[in-house]
Amino acid sequence: MSLLLFDAMLCALLLMLALSSMLSRQLVDAIILYIAFGLLMALAWARLAAPDLALAEAAIGAGLTGALCFTALARQGLHAAGPKLSRQQRFWPGLFVLIMLTGLLLSLLQLQVQSGPLPAAVATQLDNSGVSHPVTAVLLNFRSWDTFMELVVLLSALLGTLKVTPPLTQRGNWALSRSWSQLLAPIVIFLAGYVLWAGASQPGGAFQAGALLAAGAVVLRLNKQLNWLHWQNGWVRLLTVIGLLVFSLVAIVAWLLPVIPAKPVWLGWPPAVAGAIILLIETFASIAIGITLTLLVVAEPANHPAVITHQRTEEGAHG
Amino acid sequence: MNPTIELTQIGSIISTLLLITGLIFFVAGSVGMLRFPDSFSRLHAVTKADSLGLGSVIAGLMFYCNWWQNVLMLFTWLLVLASGAVSCQLLARFCKAAEKQG
Repeated sequence: MSLLLFDAMLCALLLMLALSSMLSRQLVDAIILYIAFGLLMALAWARLAAPDLALAEAAIGAGLTGALCFTALARQGLHAAGPKLSRQQRFWPGLFVLIMLTGLLLSLLQLQVQSGPLPAAVATQLDNSGVSHPVTAVLLNFRSWDTFMELVVLLSALLGTLKVTPPLTQRGNWALSRSWSQLLAPIVIFLAGYVLWAGASQPGGAFQAGALLAAGAVVLRLNKQLNWLHWQNGWVRLLTVIGLLVFSLVAIVAWLLPVIPAKPVWLGWPPAVAGAIILLIETFASIAIGITLTLLVVAEPANHPAVITHQRTEEGAHG
Repeated sequence: MNPTIELTQIGSIISTLLLITGLIFFVAGSVGMLRFPDSFSRLHAVTKADSLGLGSVIAGLMFYCNWWQNVLMLFTWLLVLASGAVSCQLLARFCKAAEKQG
């Protein structure tokens, strides 16, 4: 009974936060409400017994997306109001959303209460996957193609952002926030490593670890630490693609060197070394995800090297 | 992960009292944030709720968990405590700077 009350309140709060985030006139308020929405969403996933999603939602949805929105807003001027649109301009997006929403709700009605045949299929093949956590097994073995394409999507998002983003005006240099970010850094790295390692047997994995790393790096970067972390640095560019690079290399090697299986499968790992392969991919993927997400938040425009040099001189003046 | 640890009567009383204390602090902090006139008093109200309220809730929950979960909860509380203090200071300094600028 009390849990039912909790769930009902959670649902009501989620709807209220979503609506008020959409309808609020100030973009700052909208972002803050959206962060609160993300936190409650993580709680909702936890209540639905999906801790992997809860972790990802808390790290990416609430944490990093909030930072992303805030820096995007800071590039526009913090008190920018939403664009004024005429009724005509609003009509087509509104119609689109309405159609999509109807489709989603209709498909929601068709969801079966019982789980389909897939969880049982995963359970029977789990021993061959190299890990003991079914979600990781699906993401990095049975459906590793999806994860591969997710990394591609992330990289494309970064490349697109770098093309259009205006420079970030950094103001203020607060000793307190700087030392706090430095204090947090080792904890964040430790936790990211743990989340990555735990992914083999418990909820966790590359995306969560990468998001944690990115959160730490963003805080440091906004406090004018980690000055090597910008797009002009060739090593950083290498790090953003290293996840995809290792993923493809491993896939090619596993394809060309059929150790045990009779017919090689693209992006399928031989069971004997699957655990090691997954750990290898996840390690590099989380580094790449961390760097990419960090650059998404603090990225400097690709064609304005002057901004970097300007910042350097400014720091020289400060320090 | 075992919420059915048998509590002694005195244990459950103390735990309930701590949980209620924590909730009162949270409610008071939220009311303070909504009702207080300026940013500084609002910060004061919220950080009280974050630090002491969360501390009491965690102390109350510690009766129900094993020692490792307790260590993790204590660690969480310490992190929230420190980050609450730091962000309160930062916000207050930002407000003061903004006030000075006019």
